[in-house]
Amino acid sequence: MADSTYPIPGAVEAPSRRWSQAAVLEWLNSWVTTVDHKKLGILYIVYAIFFLLVGGAEAIAIRIQLIQPNMHFLSPQVFNRIFTMHGTTMVFLFGMTYIFGFANYLIPLMIGARDMAFPRLNALSFWLTFFGGILLYYSFIGGGGLYGAGNAPDVMWWAYAPLTERAFSPGHAPDYWALSLIVTGFGTIGASINVISTAFCMRCKGMTLMRLPLLVWVMTVASGLALITITPLTAAQVMLLIDRYLGGHFFDTQAGGSAMIWAHFFWIFGHPEVYVLVLPAFAIANEVIPVFSRKAMFGYPAVVASSVAIAFVSLGVWAHHMFTIGMTSVGNAFFVLSTELVGIPTAIKIFNWLATMWGGKIRFATPMLFCTAFVIQFLLAGLTGIILSIAPWNWQLHNSYFVIAHFHYILVGAIAFCIFGGIYYWYPKVTGRMLSEKLGKWHFWLFVIGFHITFDVMHIPGILGMPRSIYTYEADRGWGTLNMIVSIGGIIQAIAVLIFAWNLISSYFKGKIAGNDPWDAWTLEWSTPSPPPVYNFATDPVVTSRRPLWDLKHPDDPDWHYE
Amino acid sequence: MSTVAVTQAEMEQPWVQPSKGRVAMFCLIIAESAIFTIFVVAYVYNIGKSLYGPTPQQVLEVPIFNSICLLSSSLTIWLAERAIERNQVKNFGLWWAVTFILGAIFLVGTGVEWHKLIYEDGLTISTNLFGTTFYSLVGLHASHVIIGLCMLMVVLLFTITGHVREEHAERIQVLALYWHFVDAVWIVVFTVVYILGR
Amino acid sequence: MLEKSVQYVLFRAKSWWLLFAFLICGAAFAEGPQATPSIFAPSSTPADEIYHLSLFVLTITGAIFVTVGGLLAFVVFRFRQRGEDDTTEPAQIYGSTQVELAWTVIPVLIVVVLFLTTARMIFAIQDAPKPKAALDVTVVGHQFWWEFNYPNLGIHAVNELHVPLSNQQSPTPTFLKLLSADVIHSFWVPQLAGKTDLLPNNVNELWVDPLHPGMYVGQCAQFCGVQHAKMLLRVYVDTPDQFAAWVKNQQQPAVADDSVAVGRHVFETQACMNCHTIKGTAATGRFGPDLTHLMSRDTLASGAMANTKENLREWIRHPDTFKEGALMPAMQLNDQQLDQITAYLATLR
Repeated sequence: MADSTYPIPGAVEAPSRRWSQAAVLEWLNSWVTTVDHKKLGILYIVYAIFFLLVGGAEAIAIRIQLIQPNMHFLSPQVFNRIFTMHGTTMVFLFGMTYIFGFANYLIPLMIGARDMAFPRLNALSFWLTFFGGILLYYSFIGGGGLYGAGNAPDVMWWAYAPLTERAFSPGHAPDYWALSLIVTGFGTIGASINVISTAFCMRCKGMTLMRLPLLVWVMTVASGLALITITPLTAAQVMLLIDRYLGGHFFDTQAGGSAMIWAHFFWIFGHPEVYVLVLPAFAIANEVIPVFSRKAMFGYPAVVASSVAIAFVSLGVWAHHMFTIGMTSVGNAFFVLSTELVGIPTAIKIFNWLATMWGGKIRFATPMLFCTAFVIQFLLAGLTGIILSIAPWNWQLHNSYFVIAHFHYILVGAIAFCIFGGIYYWYPKVTGRMLSEKLGKWHFWLFVIGFHITFDVMHIPGILGMPRSIYTYEADRGWGTLNMIVSIGGIIQAIAVLIFAWNLISSYFKGKIAGNDPWDAWTLEWSTPSPPPVYNFATDPVVTSRRPLWDLKHPDDPDWHYE
Repeated sequence: MSTVAVTQAEMEQPWVQPSKGRVAMFCLIIAESAIFTIFVVAYVYNIGKSLYGPTPQQVLEVPIFNSICLLSSSLTIWLAERAIERNQVKNFGLWWAVTFILGAIFLVGTGVEWHKLIYEDGLTISTNLFGTTFYSLVGLHASHVIIGLCMLMVVLLFTITGHVREEHAERIQVLALYWHFVDAVWIVVFTVVYILGR
Repeated sequence: MLEKSVQYVLFRAKSWWLLFAFLICGAAFAEGPQATPSIFAPSSTPADEIYHLSLFVLTITGAIFVTVGGLLAFVVFRFRQRGEDDTTEPAQIYGSTQVELAWTVIPVLIVVVLFLTTARMIFAIQDAPKPKAALDVTVVGHQFWWEFNYPNLGIHAVNELHVPLSNQQSPTPTFLKLLSADVIHSFWVPQLAGKTDLLPNNVNELWVDPLHPGMYVGQCAQFCGVQHAKMLLRVYVDTPDQFAAWVKNQQQPAVADDSVAVGRHVFETQACMNCHTIKGTAATGRFGPDLTHLMSRDTLASGAMANTKENLREWIRHPDTFKEGALMPAMQLNDQQLDQITAYLATLR
C-alpha cells in the first residue's frame, strides 16, 4: 500500500544528538508559543493521552479496591476522591480534549486551509484547558496534602447539590472541581468557536458544504453542541460558587433552594455532553471505514442529517438521568419518548456504516480493526441505552453497575476504540512514520478481550443490585466473583494501553517511513507530505468532489459524476 | 463531456464564504445565550420561593429610564455602523460616543439601584433566594455591559486617535452584534425580573 | 417462510436472555449462602411488573442485536480483502434514498412499540391508587442511616423497615413518603420496587406490596458522602402476627432496668443524648437514630455490622473502626463507662 518512492520533504529530521540548553529552550519555546494548528493539535492529543493514562491508573486503583468485598486498599475518603477524579478526568480532560486534537490537526488539512480561523484563540483555548487540568490535579496537593489526598473533589463527577454545599462539603474539594472545569470550559468554548468558524469560512475553492469531508461535518456539529452544553455547566458551577463563597441559596435547601434544579442543570449539560464526546468518534469512523472498505461513504447526506438530528434531539433528553428523582408520570413518559427517538438517527448511522462495508474489499489494518469493533460495541451500547430509557426498568437499573457498564460501553467501547483507530490512521501523517502493525494487533486484541471481560460482566452486578460509587460491598451479596472478573479485565486493558503508549514512542524513532499516502486514502490531508509543512499546501487546492484524491487517482471515473 | 463544462463553469464563479468574525460572534452569542438561559430559568424557578423577605414587590422599582437608555443605544450603535459603512468617520465617532454614554448611564443606574437595595432595603446576595437570584442574574447582565463598554471604549480611543477607517466596518459590525445581544438580553432580564417576578 | 424466520429470531432472542439469566443466577450462587438483591427475583408487584417488562424489552433488543450483529459478522467475513495484491477497487455505491427510508422506518416502529408499552407501565406503577388498607411510612434519609416513621402507629424505627405481608386478594401495600434531612439519597430494595430518590425540601412517593415473607436487602443508591457504601437497608416482610407483635413492642417506652441504672446515668450525662432519643428518658436528640428499641434490630450503624454487645461497645468506643467518616463522634469514654453504657443499651429490646 505504502508508496515509499514518493519524495518526503522534511519528513523525519535526524534527531540531533547533542541537546544544548539553548536548543532545549528553543524547542520548548516553539511549543509553548506556537499558534500552528498542527502543533496545537498534537499538544491536545498528547494532553489527552496523558490524562487517559492518569485516569486509567485511577480506574485500576478503583478496581483493586473492589476486587473483593471489604478490601482496605483505599480508605473510603480516598476512594471517593479517586472515583470522582477518574470520572472528571476522563470526561473533561481526556474526552473533551481529544476532540479538539483531531479537529485542530485535521480540519484545516482536510478543507485545504492554511490554518484555523483564529490561530491565537486556538492557542489560548489550549492553554486554558491545560491550566484547568493542572488546577484540577493540584487539588491532590493543595489543602491536606498528599497523605489525605489533599482536597481532591470527592462529590462524584455529577457533584449533586446539596452535598457540594458548604454545610456538607467544608474544605475546598468542590471548589477545585468547579473552578478547574470553568477554566477548561472556557477553553472548550474558544476551541468550538474556532472549529465552527474554520469549517464555515476557511474552505478551499470548490469545497461546498456538501463536499466537506464527513469528519469536518461531524466535528462541526459536535462543536456546536459543545457550545450550548458546556455553558449551562459553567453557569451552574458559577451558581455553586456563589452559594459557597457569597452565601447564596441556589441549592441551599435549608433556605428554600432546590436540590433538583442542580440535577436538571447538570444533566442539561451532561447528556448532550455524551454526544459531544461520541460524535467525534463517529467522525473518525466516517473517515476510516470507507477508506479501508475501499468504498465511498454510503448515504453522505443521511450521515450529515443524522448527525445534526442527534445533536438536536440530544438537547431534549437530559431528564432520563433523573427518572428516579420524582418527576410526574407525564414527565417520565416524555423523556422516555425523546430518549428513544435518539435511537433512530443512531440506527441510521450504524446501517450506513454497514452499507459502506457491504460489497467492499475490507482491509483489516489496525485502524479498521478498531473501527469494526467500534460498530458492534456501539450497537450493544445503543441497545443497553434503549433498555435504560425504559423508565420503569430504569428505576431498577439507575445508579447501578448496569449503568456504569452501559456508559463505559460508549466511552470505551465506542469512543476510545475510535480514538485508537484514528491515531493508528493519522499517526503516519503527523510523524511521517507508521505505527508498528505488530504492536497494534497486540494492542487491539488485548484491549478488545480486556474490554469485554470487564464491561460485559459489569452489567451483571447491576442486575444483582450493586449500586455505583460504593467503596466496598457486603460479602453476602454475591457480587464478589463478578467484581474479580471485572477487575482482571481492567488489568488486561491497562496492559494493552501500555503497549499502545510504547508503540507511540518507539514508532516515532523506528517506525517504517510512511510516505504521503500510506492508506491510499481520498481526503486532502493525504496529498501533503508527511508530516505536512508549516504552510500545509504549497498551492491552494481546488476540489470538485467529496473525494479529491479519488478524482486524482481515477481521472477516468471521477466522483463528481455521481454527486 | 458536458459534466466537465459544468464543473468548470462552477469553478469560475467567485468563491464566497461567510465572514469568520461574524460566524464566531454568532457562536459566542449562542453560547452566552445558553448561560443566560440557565440563570433566567433559575430566577423563574425560584420566584416566590424565598422563606423570608424582602420580597421583590417590596423593594424593586421598575428601571424605565435605564432601560430606555440601554435599548436606544442599540439604535445609536446601528447609526454608527451605517456611518462607518459610508466612510463618515466623524459621524461614526459621534454615534459611537453616544452609545458609550448611554451604556454608561445604564451601568450607573444599576449601581444606584443596587446601592439602594443594599443600604436601604438590606437586600444582599445572601439575604434570601430572591437576593441570590436577583444579584446573580442582573449582575451577569451588568458584567456583560461592562465588557461591552470596555470594547466600545477601545474603539472610541482608536477613533479619536484617527485609526478607524472604512475598511474596519466589518470588525465594528461584529462588535456591534455583541452590543445588540447585550441589549436583547436586557429585554428578557427586564421582563423576568421586573414584570414577571414582581 | 417469514413466519418461520420470525419464530427463529424470537427463539434466538429468548435463549439469549435465558442464557443471560442463567449466568446471573450462576454468578450469584457461586459463593455460598447469599442475600443477592437481584432485580430478576422480584417479590412485590412493582418489581414483578418491571421484571416482566424487562423480559419483553430484552427480547426486542436481543432480536435487534442478533440481526444487526449477524449482518455485521457476515459483512466482515464475506467482504474482507482476499489476497494482498488485489488492488482493484470495488464498485462504488454512493447511497440510495429508498434504502435509507426503509431503515429509518423500522427503528421508528420499534420506538413506537417500546414507548407505548413503557408509558402504560409508568402510569400503572407511578399513579397506582392507594387502597384503604395501605400502611403509611415516612422515610427520612440521613447521612448514612435511615429513619422510618409510622405516623399512624406512633413508631420510629431505624435502618430496618418492617412491613406487613400483602396478597393479591386483599392487598395491604405499604406507601412510603420519602424525605431527606440533608443530601440526596435513594431508596432501593431491588426485589420490592425500583428506586426513588429522597430529596431535601421535596416529597417523593413509592409503594411496595411484598408477596413473600422474609428479609430483603437494599441500600442507598445515590452518592451521599463518605459512607454512602455503608448506608445499607433491610426490609423485613412480616406475617400479620409477626407484624402486630413487632408494632406492639415498638410502641412501648424503653425498658427501665434498675440493674443498669449506672449506664443510663452515663448516657444521660454524656453528649449521647444530644443526638439520640430513648423514649421515657431525658434523651430526646433527633440528629442520630432513635435507640429506644436498639436491641430489637439485627444490625448496627445501618447494616455495617451485626448487633452484638461486643460490636456495640467497639462502635461506641471508636465509630471509625467500622464506618470511617460516620457522623457519630468517638466520645472518649473510659473503659468503665463504656462497659456501663453498653450494658444499659443492651437492655433496650
